[in-house]
Amino acid sequence: MTRYVLGRLGSVVLILLAVCLFTYLIFFKLSPDPAVMICGKTCTPDRIDSIRNVLGLNQPLLSQFWEFLRGIFVGRQYGSVHCPAPCLGYSFQTNESVWSMITARLPVSVTVAVGAAVLWLLAGVIGGLVSAIKQGTWWDRSAMALALGGVSVPNYVLALVLQYVLVVKLQVLPFPAAVSFVDNPVVWFESYLMPWVVLAVGYACLYARLTRSNVIDTLSENYYRTARAKGLSGSLIMRRHALRPALTPITTIFGMDFAGLLGGALITETVFGLNGIGKLAADSIAKNDQPVIMAVTLLAAFFVVIGNVVVDLLYTALDPRVRVVST
Amino acid sequence: MSDLFVVEDLTVTFPTSRGPVDVVKNVSFTVGRDDTLGIVGESGSGKSMTALAVLGLLPRGARTSGSVKLDGIELLGKSERDLRSVRGNAISMVFQDPLSSLNPYYTVGLQISEMYQTHRGGSRRSARQVAIDALDRVGIPDPARRVDHYPHQFSGGQRQRVMIAMALCCSPSLLIADEPTTALDVTVQAQILELLAELQSTTGTGMIFITHDLAVISSIAQRVLVMRSGDPVEYGTAEQVFSAPRHEYTRMLLDAVPRIDDEVAL
Repeated sequence: MTRYVLGRLGSVVLILLAVCLFTYLIFFKLSPDPAVMICGKTCTPDRIDSIRNVLGLNQPLLSQFWEFLRGIFVGRQYGSVHCPAPCLGYSFQTNESVWSMITARLPVSVTVAVGAAVLWLLAGVIGGLVSAIKQGTWWDRSAMALALGGVSVPNYVLALVLQYVLVVKLQVLPFPAAVSFVDNPVVWFESYLMPWVVLAVGYACLYARLTRSNVIDTLSENYYRTARAKGLSGSLIMRRHALRPALTPITTIFGMDFAGLLGGALITETVFGLNGIGKLAADSIAKNDQPVIMAVTLLAAFFVVIGNVVVDLLYTALDPRVRVVST
Repeated sequence: MSDLFVVEDLTVTFPTSRGPVDVVKNVSFTVGRDDTLGIVGESGSGKSMTALAVLGLLPRGARTSGSVKLDGIELLGKSERDLRSVRGNAISMVFQDPLSSLNPYYTVGLQISEMYQTHRGGSRRSARQVAIDALDRVGIPDPARRVDHYPHQFSGGQRQRVMIAMALCCSPSLLIADEPTTALDVTVQAQILELLAELQSTTGTGMIFITHDLAVISSIAQRVLVMRSGDPVEYGTAEQVFSAPRHEYTRMLLDAVPRIDDEVAL
């Protein structure tokens, strides 16, 4: 087991390194000269040269990449300015440290992701479960039709419709504002409610359909029939012999979806003006702010890769058949 | 020999888009204590449906009529709750494919003890001991360790032994074995049959043995019911059915069994 975990972590390091290299090449080498961009309109060739010097752009590619990596772990020097570890550089637009920009916005994205995940797991799994048990009834048919509709609605449309109805027309919710939970929990909750719902709807519908088909598959398994033939109580059969096998595969999908969201919900955050990683990504792309783009890409990759490993390890705990192969 | 289990005019009907279809038609048989009834027939003859019907385990929508009595108590028409106290407790089942019939997510110990606890109560520890004893009884070596293993860690024959251990842990009065040896290779088949016969002689459990294999039936059953397309074609003692089959279909089935002295065109 320890060997398996170490092996998985080793592959994580390799994948992250590869992601780093590709992102670095794409954003720093294939896009316009950063020195020219920083220099602005009133620029002289001398100034461009000195910026190149400070950023280390006149050095060979590999040593630039090495400096970038070193910066993340031990910090680096930009001319006379020391950038402490973990150093992801400075924004070309605001000169702010990219690391502090990320850390300032991460809590917002995490709040959006966690709240939405709780909602979609509850709604999706319970909805799918009830549909599976009441298979073929009007409840099942209407729930699944609704789920199909929900998956099909783009979340920016839903976001705008909800804002129009709940904020502008009915005025039951305020427009999302940056309020911390400690200052005012009620406003905090009201602010995040719409983003949570908007983000959760699509996932919930998908999870409802997945849960339904998984549970129905499990109900036709031979071991489910055995459990009934053993005379076990209905709730024990449901819990042990239907839900556990049916929900285990959902862990995989959930892990990936949730990890993906931690890297920022680009559309939802932008539509609701929430200052999370997603909005940071959108803004930095619009302004071609390369160090920030690079950082948010790496962050998203980091979460997805780590999410993947967590799911793999969790799976060895949830499914004994995987556990034995892995030892 | 007193009759433990009496089935009369059992009919199972399934609704289809072209109207109701009878998959089991007016089947009657009896099983005595210590007695083994073999139900034989080809695939789709209604053997398994008969077994599932007596325990109320048919798929949704199926209708049953007739009478199924265990120790004089009518089972058909009983509520789900009442049937649950019969299933696994008074009547147990062993299914064809032991790998898919055991839940891969739980240890065999838990799967045996959960059944024991449901019907007999008691602590987790005592149920675990019951599971260990049950595994020991069916010849699983080192049962105290194996009780914590998962189904995929057993061989095919051992898995079927686990299923039998589970089926017998509440000392049922009737065991229904639905093609218990079909998924196993021939030597393991023989071992399982031997085990069933041995356990039956020590526990006095009545048994319904469902198979398509006439050779197996002839070695284990005292009475035989031959089924075809849901119809009971022939019913009698094993000796009668095998030595003097009255029905054309039984003769056909018997002729279909390859014999060692058959001439084969190569």
